[in-house]
Amino acid sequence: MTKMKLVMVGNGMAGVRTLEELIKLEPDLYDMTVFGAEPHPNYNRIMLSPVLAGEQGIQDIILNDLEWYQQNNITLHLNKKVVRIDRNKKIVYADDGTEAEYDRLLLATGSNPFILPVPGKDLEGVIGYRDIQDTNAMIAAAAKYKHAVVIGGGLLGLEAANGLALRGMDVTVVHIMPWLMERQLDLNSAKMLQTSLEAKGLKFLLEKQTERIVGTSTLPPLQGEGRGGDGLNGADIPHLHPNLPPEGEGASSNRVTAIRFKDGTEIPADLVVMAVGIRPNTALAESAGIHCNRGIVVNDTMQTFDPSIYAVGECVAHRGVTYGLVAPLFEQAKVCANHLARMGIARYQGSVMSTKLKVTGIDLFSAGDFTGNDQTDQIVLHDVAGGIYKKLVIQADKLIGAVMYGDTKDGSWYFQMIRDGKNVAEIRDHLMFGQSHLGDIGHQGQSSAAAMPDTMEVCGCNGVCKGVIVKAIKEKGLFTLEDVRKHTKASSSCGSCTGLVEQLLASTVGGAYTPTLNATKPMCGCTELTHEQVRQAIFAQTLISIPQIMQTLEWNTPNGCASCRPALNYYVLCAHPRIAQDDPQSRFINERAHANIQKDGTYSVIPRMFGGVTTAKDLRRIADVVDKYNIPTVKVTGGQRIDLLGVKKEDLPKVWADLDMPSGHAYAKALRTVKTCVGSEWCRFGVQDSTQMGIDLERALWKMYAPHKVKIAVSGCPRNCAESGIKDVGVIGVDSGWEIYVAGNGGIKTVVAQFLVKVKTHDEVLEYAGAFLQLYREEARYLDRTVHYVERVGLEYIKQRVVEDAANRKALHARLLYALQDEKDPWKKDNVRAREFEILSI
Amino acid sequence: MNTWHKVSTVDEIPPLGARVVTTAQGDIALFRTADNEIFALRDKCPHKGGPLSQGIVFGKKVACPLHNWNISLEDGNAVAPDVGCARAYPVKIEEGVVYLGMVEMAEVN
Repeated sequence: MTKMKLVMVGNGMAGVRTLEELIKLEPDLYDMTVFGAEPHPNYNRIMLSPVLAGEQGIQDIILNDLEWYQQNNITLHLNKKVVRIDRNKKIVYADDGTEAEYDRLLLATGSNPFILPVPGKDLEGVIGYRDIQDTNAMIAAAAKYKHAVVIGGGLLGLEAANGLALRGMDVTVVHIMPWLMERQLDLNSAKMLQTSLEAKGLKFLLEKQTERIVGTSTLPPLQGEGRGGDGLNGADIPHLHPNLPPEGEGASSNRVTAIRFKDGTEIPADLVVMAVGIRPNTALAESAGIHCNRGIVVNDTMQTFDPSIYAVGECVAHRGVTYGLVAPLFEQAKVCANHLARMGIARYQGSVMSTKLKVTGIDLFSAGDFTGNDQTDQIVLHDVAGGIYKKLVIQADKLIGAVMYGDTKDGSWYFQMIRDGKNVAEIRDHLMFGQSHLGDIGHQGQSSAAAMPDTMEVCGCNGVCKGVIVKAIKEKGLFTLEDVRKHTKASSSCGSCTGLVEQLLASTVGGAYTPTLNATKPMCGCTELTHEQVRQAIFAQTLISIPQIMQTLEWNTPNGCASCRPALNYYVLCAHPRIAQDDPQSRFINERAHANIQKDGTYSVIPRMFGGVTTAKDLRRIADVVDKYNIPTVKVTGGQRIDLLGVKKEDLPKVWADLDMPSGHAYAKALRTVKTCVGSEWCRFGVQDSTQMGIDLERALWKMYAPHKVKIAVSGCPRNCAESGIKDVGVIGVDSGWEIYVAGNGGIKTVVAQFLVKVKTHDEVLEYAGAFLQLYREEARYLDRTVHYVERVGLEYIKQRVVEDAANRKALHARLLYALQDEKDPWKKDNVRAREFEILSI
Repeated sequence: MNTWHKVSTVDEIPPLGARVVTTAQGDIALFRTADNEIFALRDKCPHKGGPLSQGIVFGKKVACPLHNWNISLEDGNAVAPDVGCARAYPVKIEEGVVYLGMVEMAEVN
């Protein structure tokens, strides 16, 4: 069978990303042909600024080398510009006569820099800033000439100006608006930016309108003209128009020499860079009669008005919006690939954008609608001397925009909230002060990635320094947190440095970085569905096994991966307790061996001691087991029990049998321990019997599996010796009853638990704590601790479901008790799956 | 030359699971995929020596239980961008019996 033919016009980042996504989904569906007008394979256009600034070379920014095209059997036509599409015959024609037939055509023609229609625009030395050729022209000019003028004080213009200044030119930025980057910044932040850039040697002319660009051979007549003439245009200067530079020897280069403004002033210029915006390149599409309106008009599936023709990237107008930053374009690419692969489920619904200026040493961030209007509130922090400015724009309890200057460490956090449409009412009072736990623990308290030296460690788990991460982002062309995790391992273990890594991404790739939208983030690479969608389907469609889920929800891998299988196993057991079958092969080894694997492949064994109370008999048995099995290390844990370390896997069943104590589940995503103080039975300050309360909670809840581990503590008075303030559920006895706190955390993310409710009786503690935990079990994403879950849904929501709605609380508690009824102690002889522990030999 | 050693039956290895075989050359992990293919690798992750036999098996890969490196069951190579290789051993199945092919120690050295 012959394959369908896919032709792509344009060889840039959005288009090639579409092909990459398509190859991931359906590598063999199409014969692919690519036309690129430039002589280079796909390169990272975002990194042109560092190239211009001399921080990187062209070879560093190639994203897909020629080998990649070969490996994927893509026919690549470089240096060939497609000039015609015959939609009836479904053939495209390039300027050199090359033709290619298509079944599906993908237009990714990008955009062109907008060139001001002023006299002199065609002089030598007047260029746009778009591609490698422009960059090379600037580098060449910088070596030879002195005066550069950049027209346009937007993102691109400033990056160009910075690069040229670093290459030794005297650079003036001309901007028509009253302040720089008016689309990304407000007046205050723009002024601070201007001051910093001036300190770097750049000059600015604001509210200046270019009248004409003056060249060598145009100098004499212009000098003869009077100043202040207003209504003049290029047409009355015959030798500037049409664009035919004199070919004669003497005047071989009619090069720019100066630039003149509407107010009559003039400054010298040997190089003029126009960075006044981009225009979607729709010429080809329009010539083929495809509907365009500012860009090539596409629907939510990235299809143009011709059903066999798709379009992605800067050439596209989607819902009336054209995008120039790469992050939204990658989202488009993903959707387009999904449809080209005939999966037909993805939709592109537009993007919120963020901006970060890639000028070394300047921290600036903006996102969303930061201007505000009469429907919005603003929170502003402005420290002129300290060089810090932050503005947050809030509408209807949601963050809709943010501008930050000087301190941008919380930029990606704000951006995430803007994209997620998160309700910020509860955190409004400290919203401005950011996410204090950005670099949570283990990074020397560092929370501002930009200020860190290259040698400083970012990821304390895997020993990855800032320099390594930045280098990988630049050289390997990484755009997402996932990419960085894969290539550098940073943030791939405990995740506490995620905020720092996101910052590094944001400051290295600038506007290209978009944090993943949590609300629509797929579970893993095996599916497009989110955790919530999967859970909903498991529940609503009564899916009771992992194969059934994967089949019904069309998993794109035969049997999932090490990330989704444990989640699915938990979800299915939680949704259908006592009906769904556990699948041990979908559990992490610790939950399969019911012990905690150590670095040398041995295991640790922690028997349960309810409430941290033990007996001489139990301690004697533990001591005997240690002797009998030569257990090398015995350690008292933080959770008030005893850890036997270094047990061989094949010995585990025998160790359990000899201990004759219940499993402590210290290896599981389950209830770990209930820590207690001695309480009123012994303590002279105790007002409640916290030890008994802890024992009763632990007896009620042990064997409870959960999205992640669960830790509980009970203190007998407000002195809180059991440290209830940093537990998933913390109970504190007071004279008149018990206070219940939830969603604390003592680990990576040290977070103090929040007050949920005060109750009078022992039974109420069991009911409220149980109901809260069941809610967490039913709604949290797998591997979210209670702190993450409550942060996501808000404490108010928890209170509504657990405290205010008594019927719901009782129902939740009842569901928990029902689910726990059948749970068995995995250490009991009858429940041990012997084969797991037997070794074969030859 | 490979010597074939009878080590197990297919049924004794759980689908999407593994068994460990102790040998004079160290532990070898026997994996069984969903399609009942059997693969054998040295039971030592090229990263930090984790016991691959204890990992989660999916497709024709296993995720190391220590740091989640993904290792291809077919050739023992780490999945990119990680780099490393766990030695792969030949396996044959005859009438449900699994044979492991091993080069004699003398030849290894």
